[in-house]
Amino acid sequence: MTASVTEDLTVDHEVVDTSLSSRARLLRAAAYAVLGLISLVWLGLAVDGGTAHLVFDGHTVGLPAKATVIVIGIVLLGIAAWQGARGFGKRATPWVAGIAFVLFMVAFFSWVSTQGNDPDIDVVGLLQNSIALAVPLILGALAGVMCERSGVINVAIEGQMLAGAWAAALVGSVAVTWVGLFGALAAGAFMGVLLALFSIRYLVNQVVLGVVLNVLAAGLTGFLFDAFMATDSEKFNQPGTLGEIDIPLLHSIPIIGPLFFEANIVVYLTYILIFGVDVALFRTRWGLRTRAIGEHPKAADTVGIKVLALRYRNVLIGSAIAGLGGAYFTIGSVGGFAKNITSGNGFIALAAVIFGRWSPRGATAAALLFGFAIALQNNLSINTHAIPSYFLAMLPYVATIIAVAGLVGKVRAPAADGEPYVKQ
Amino acid sequence: MSATDAPAATPPAPAAPPAPPARKRSQAWDTALVTALSFLTALVISAVLIAIADKQTRDSFQYFGHYPGDTFRFAWSAIWHTYRALFYGAIYNPQTAANHTLAGYLGPISETLTNATPLIAGGLAVGVAFRAGLFNIGGQGQIIAGAICAGFVGFHWHLPAGIHLIAAIVAGILGGALWGGIAGFLKARTGAHEVITTIMLNYVAINLLGYLLSVKGFQAPPYGQAIANPVDSNAQLPLLLGDTLRVHLGLILSLAAALFVWWLLTYSRLGFRLRAVGANPAAARTAGMNVENSYVVVMLISGALCGLAGVSQVLGTNPAITGDIDSGIGFDAITVALLGRANPVGTVFAGLLFGALRAGSPLMQAYAPNELVQVIQALIVLFIAAPAVIRTIFRLKTSGSSVGADLAKGWNG
Repeated sequence: MTASVTEDLTVDHEVVDTSLSSRARLLRAAAYAVLGLISLVWLGLAVDGGTAHLVFDGHTVGLPAKATVIVIGIVLLGIAAWQGARGFGKRATPWVAGIAFVLFMVAFFSWVSTQGNDPDIDVVGLLQNSIALAVPLILGALAGVMCERSGVINVAIEGQMLAGAWAAALVGSVAVTWVGLFGALAAGAFMGVLLALFSIRYLVNQVVLGVVLNVLAAGLTGFLFDAFMATDSEKFNQPGTLGEIDIPLLHSIPIIGPLFFEANIVVYLTYILIFGVDVALFRTRWGLRTRAIGEHPKAADTVGIKVLALRYRNVLIGSAIAGLGGAYFTIGSVGGFAKNITSGNGFIALAAVIFGRWSPRGATAAALLFGFAIALQNNLSINTHAIPSYFLAMLPYVATIIAVAGLVGKVRAPAADGEPYVKQ
Repeated sequence: MSATDAPAATPPAPAAPPAPPARKRSQAWDTALVTALSFLTALVISAVLIAIADKQTRDSFQYFGHYPGDTFRFAWSAIWHTYRALFYGAIYNPQTAANHTLAGYLGPISETLTNATPLIAGGLAVGVAFRAGLFNIGGQGQIIAGAICAGFVGFHWHLPAGIHLIAAIVAGILGGALWGGIAGFLKARTGAHEVITTIMLNYVAINLLGYLLSVKGFQAPPYGQAIANPVDSNAQLPLLLGDTLRVHLGLILSLAAALFVWWLLTYSRLGFRLRAVGANPAAARTAGMNVENSYVVVMLISGALCGLAGVSQVLGTNPAITGDIDSGIGFDAITVALLGRANPVGTVFAGLLFGALRAGSPLMQAYAPNELVQVIQALIVLFIAAPAVIRTIFRLKTSGSSVGADLAKGWNG
């Protein structure tokens, strides 16, 4: 008797592990639906039958353009429907987003391939460019993560990179190319000393400070460049470029090899730093303390963490990383300094920090995405004029605005980010 | 630059400010003193850079052990010539004055005023936002938006004289206000930090401008260069001192804007609300003020003032939109506002000072690279933002607050 009653009253709960609120879920669904509709309607109608050529490392893959675009459009709409109705599990959500993005890009390339005069889309080349463009962004973003996780806002990434680029060129010319790396680290750290000193000791507003340091770096490097590097470039602005190092075995893997394992030392350092900062921040005592002083310095101080010393140290290390990112612009690629050579990359890196929600992995992913957008823009401006490259160039910035406006989940900075700590 | 070794290189401090009775005056005096000393320190540090940049000085340094006098002589000569050229270009140039023409006498001052015009408007924009507790870093984007709108009305429409000018000015102001208003709206509705959104909007505006300058109908024939159609003469700001001098009506507009901002902040109810929100948003909210609305309003005003800076660029100084229409004014405006302590009168003087530096730089270029001006500006503002540094260097006792300190808050604030 009793057993039957409990049986009636019991409701079987099926636990659906959705990580998102219903609003966020619907927004995601809407985003997938938009992508699906774009490929189905806009691209699908515009594609006129031909064959899309996607080139992977010399091997051409031919796809029937129209069918590909339409099928992908339907699949994306299916994903949208599932996302809206049921949602995906916590672990699946980012994968689904990635898959949807890749599918959409395939549809997009199929369309581009039939548009321009050159039907071959060099996918691996495009990805190679993306990574090349993303490397300094990743380093700058890691610098931002290091500083901001410790509670110091770093708007001066641009200035730190510029100083690094300048010093790498100068030191690389005077000594040997690879010594320029140390010049870059030192110059980045010097900008970091200014940032740390003025924000931690003199309590200057950190955003104001960042802006001023950017102006200072642009002024100083431009001034010193004109003063002797431009006039005597043989001696002071011919650092050469870092040689390409092929990792044995790994570099002969098709596609993966040329993408990741045929690069210069800065790129490999970047891999190490991504991994290192991520592990250090979330798996070590140093990381726990860093996150503590960024979230609640007073509590950290109470348990005996030296808040200010740790902040100084992290800002210095972070800024040196940004300096390394700057070196990529001179000795890492073109082999010489020019005024304002970083051209706003520091601000894109800042956007990557925020878009990646102040985590090393997120920032890296964001930097790769932004690098891809820039590479795509460069590629498209040669291939087709259907989409003005300027609008693609806006993508990182618009994406960041959407992210901070909370349209795709809440973005929250470390609680004490930007607030100087004064011991009572 | 550390506090301990600097006093040896710099002259001794003037007497300490007068004793407390008139406390307000003493604070104003203190502010002025710190500002003047910041300027002086920046010039001293820059002088070292000039000496480094001078080839003769560098060469003579190689035999410094034998003839140290040479190094100092060459360095002094380089520093003296550089700063003199800066003065000649910005204030009074005896060489051109020898022609006995109006342009000869007033040319440098006219250049200073022309350069100061957008800086004053931009500085007011950043300053107003400061007072309401917001940091408008998006001057660049707002200036570009304003310039696009003003320039478009200026070349696309063809209206009678007078009306056309007014229409173009209004369009520019509205364009800037719209661009600033986006950041204010996002802040009010979603809490998105204005520093992040305005930085991002800068780049959106730059790319938008790049796109427009590649589109027929906007771009000027023969479509080879990134330059827009020239603005109709009907829509150009009239010159104030005859055809030979570049100073234009924009200056009057900027000064009028300063007057307006001063009135707004000092006497109007809205200004009181903005200052209250800036001082303490929680308290303002408790007192029944609409904080979110204030954010939108102040960003609209701030953007409108940047729009005015864009107007004076595109309808006055350089009557056709180019990719470089902002020419760094958006960021310099921040330094102007900080130097002017976010107060309208101070901003006018700060704008004049930085306008003078900009005006002097072409002549100075013969002696030292152009970027020296940027370095001087950055150093001045760095010291102003951290008065404690100046106080330590010159052993001053009194304390006052800096603009930055009021704003010390994080991304989540």
